[in-house]
Amino acid sequence: MTVPAIFAARGSADRLTGLFWRRPRLLLVLLLTPPLLWLGVVYLGSLATLLLQSFYSIDEFSGVVVPEFTLKTYAELLRPANFDVILRTVVMSAAVTLGCAVLSFPIAYFAARYAKGRWKAVFYLGVMLPLWSSYLVKVYAWKLILAKEGIITWAASATHTTAALDALLALPVIGGNSLSTSYLGMFAVFVYVWIPYMILPMQAALERVPTSMIEASADLGATRAQTFRTVILPLALPGVVAGSIFTFSLTMGDYIIPQIVGNSANFIGMAVYQLQGTAGNIPLAAAFAVVPIVIMLIYLGLAKRMGAFDAL
Amino acid sequence: MTAAVEFACVSRHFGPVTAPIKAVDGVDLTIAEGAFFAMLGPSGSGKTTCLRLISGFETPTSGQIRIFGQDVSQTPPHLRNVNTVFQDYALFPHMNVRDNVAYGLMVKGMGRAARYGRADEMLSLVKLDEYGDRKPGQLSGGQRQRVALARALVNEPRVLLLDEPLGALDLKLREAMQDELKALQKRLGITFVFVTHDQHEALSMADSLAVFNDGRIAQIGTPEQIYAQPRTRFVADFVGSSNVLPPAMTAALGGPAKWASLRPESMYLSASGPISGTVTALRYLGSGTRVVLRVGEADVAALVPTGAPVPQIGSASAFAFAPGALHVMEGE
Amino acid sequence: MLSDRPSALLKISAMAGLLFLHLPILLIFLYAFTTEERTYAFPPPGLTTEWFAAAWARPDIWEALSLSLRVAFIATLLAMILGTLVSAAMSRAKFFGREQISLLILLPIALPGVITGISLRSAFGIMDIPFSTLTIILGHATFCIVIVYNNAVARFRRLSGGVMEASADLGANAFQTFWHILLPNLGTALLAGGMLAFALSFDEVIVTTFTAGQQATLPIWMLEELIRPRQRPVTNVVAMVVFGATVLPILLAYYLTRNGSETAGAGK
Repeated sequence: MTVPAIFAARGSADRLTGLFWRRPRLLLVLLLTPPLLWLGVVYLGSLATLLLQSFYSIDEFSGVVVPEFTLKTYAELLRPANFDVILRTVVMSAAVTLGCAVLSFPIAYFAARYAKGRWKAVFYLGVMLPLWSSYLVKVYAWKLILAKEGIITWAASATHTTAALDALLALPVIGGNSLSTSYLGMFAVFVYVWIPYMILPMQAALERVPTSMIEASADLGATRAQTFRTVILPLALPGVVAGSIFTFSLTMGDYIIPQIVGNSANFIGMAVYQLQGTAGNIPLAAAFAVVPIVIMLIYLGLAKRMGAFDAL
Repeated sequence: MTAAVEFACVSRHFGPVTAPIKAVDGVDLTIAEGAFFAMLGPSGSGKTTCLRLISGFETPTSGQIRIFGQDVSQTPPHLRNVNTVFQDYALFPHMNVRDNVAYGLMVKGMGRAARYGRADEMLSLVKLDEYGDRKPGQLSGGQRQRVALARALVNEPRVLLLDEPLGALDLKLREAMQDELKALQKRLGITFVFVTHDQHEALSMADSLAVFNDGRIAQIGTPEQIYAQPRTRFVADFVGSSNVLPPAMTAALGGPAKWASLRPESMYLSASGPISGTVTALRYLGSGTRVVLRVGEADVAALVPTGAPVPQIGSASAFAFAPGALHVMEGE
Repeated sequence: MLSDRPSALLKISAMAGLLFLHLPILLIFLYAFTTEERTYAFPPPGLTTEWFAAAWARPDIWEALSLSLRVAFIATLLAMILGTLVSAAMSRAKFFGREQISLLILLPIALPGVITGISLRSAFGIMDIPFSTLTIILGHATFCIVIVYNNAVARFRRLSGGVMEASADLGANAFQTFWHILLPNLGTALLAGGMLAFALSFDEVIVTTFTAGQQATLPIWMLEELIRPRQRPVTNVVAMVVFGATVLPILLAYYLTRNGSETAGAGK
């Protein structure tokens, strides 16, 4: 036999391959260095400056940032005007999350249990497209819908339910001059924009409920309602929690929707935007921005304990 | 005869240095050129890791591996003229069969016409002449196995490694492939190293084999030696499910007070036989019936050929064995 | 006994829900043709196509479109390179810090956009980096990495380690394996990831408002029109363009990966 048992390296590519083989860590380091540099420097670096700035304060007279460590700015968050903003944002986020969960369920349940073949694809695309496609266009669409002269007012008068709409708008707190300037309208837009983020994980969780388990429950004499309550809901819960991470976080950080729809009440995102922009109070803006981070970290910690990450 | 593969006290440990998992633990091994060598053992016994050490996908924690006399500690897999038939075949899903087979020649720089010519020859050797244009996804398990074989052999490797290559095939196909592989190896003269957990496969195909247990080699030898003269209780039990007799029983049968093995098929019913007890179980196997006898504390099985009388369960019975059938083991 | 047919109520509410997700977009299309310029009166008093011509003639829209396209292209390219590198590393054996790295990649989209925005903004401020196309790209690439990563890492997982080993076994060096085995198998997943990253970048507004300074991408242009409307139907025409520019890549990404187990877009 003339073929050698071991070939000689034919060039630098072979030699480099040999080097990577002898030192597997080297390749790993080479692969990871550019992305980690990027994320480490650009992203973590920025987050660190944000955190740093939140411990600075602003000189009340000159409006200049004083780069000295202080908790004064955080104390300012507790002032009633600022604390209201935080409270309002958290309540809205919770309401939106709840609204998304309730409205998602029939779609997710149907898609997971009954949609087959072509319909499965229709449902998947039907949820995925709005998930990815233009956020701003969707918000804009709702500005058209909720406008006083818009389609809802028209539909109400066409169906002679204007009185009901007026009664709804007359409700204290959530009502308002028109839908587009009320919390009710804002709530609707938030739910619409973030609902796909709830449907997909919920569907994924429901798909993991084996049909045999539902049949077993029925077999043991459970009624539809009992099966639903004792088998399907608990198993869907991790999906709901996973989805709620998105809906909660996204609502909490949004500042476009409250700016376009609603009664110009302030939300965390808007406060951050205005404070860093027109007001030039970067430290307070930074402190405000830390609030959702802290809330989300607590939320993620709780969700992890409920096993929500398996449904992501 | 030169050695194709040599292991000198090779170990491969995984996990933390303080509490390593010893996948391969101090293995010494010599595989002769042109041999059909089998590595036999239960899963997790280290046989597959040994194979991966030869191909280079694992590196030894300590010890040295030589291929045709050359130390390969600095040689990456792609420079070793050793090819593997993977357990799941690992065919390239995006290439057709011909491109799969010609891949090794392509990366070595052979022109298109030449390598396709060689690939078609190889496909013909494994009886897949008509399948060159198909994608691996369109083939059956047995056909994929042949493609994997052709893809490895086209490179004229000095050693061919086969990692449980027949495991995914059904029984009939597996037996046919066993014969074919054996014939192919004879014809090409390439050293085959074959990993399997199936003792029948190892015994029928290999001309020598190593039995692995817990990362070590329990015994190396020809199939006849391994079967007839197991060195340890593990080998006796794993290869051909022999009766393992405790030292006291061996002594009672006239041997030294050591562990011994006694093959069920070398025993026969005999009223005056030295092994007597109560029949506790019968299992009909087609070619014979396996009779389990309770002898004192131990169970001893005997194979009664079909046609011969079989005792009843619960009855007292006695067996004798052919002279020389009692094998006293050196190891524990 | 629980029948395996959905109740009529469930079926109707599921279908209605799906429609609810899409009907508002149609309204955007309708209003692009309305003759009413100042309000969102429904039904539109009349229909016209003049707004398309009006939009075509507006240089500010063209500028914004061109900026958006440039940003999306470059950010996508960067994200594809970085996302592929990190997914290749993560698909290899376990190593120390693996969990932390996957968290780091996820962070830019797990935290609200306003945080990424203000962080970058304050970092640019501290380092005296003036706003430019580059600062927008910096932000976009950061949150696009995870999109490419998610797509690529799923394919890496499906592409059993076996084929990579088989390639080396047959004599291919690392570069040959990359070119002949990895790239053809990873190609569609990378492309799909790139498409989604493009859609995400083209549409992004929250981070961009913090990193753009005085420049206007198409979404920022739209946002300004939403707050201070001028020719409302022209905004609708632009909205249609933005919608199309995000939906087409998403559909393409879906078709590129629909036969796999890791259909694109399952997780944003």
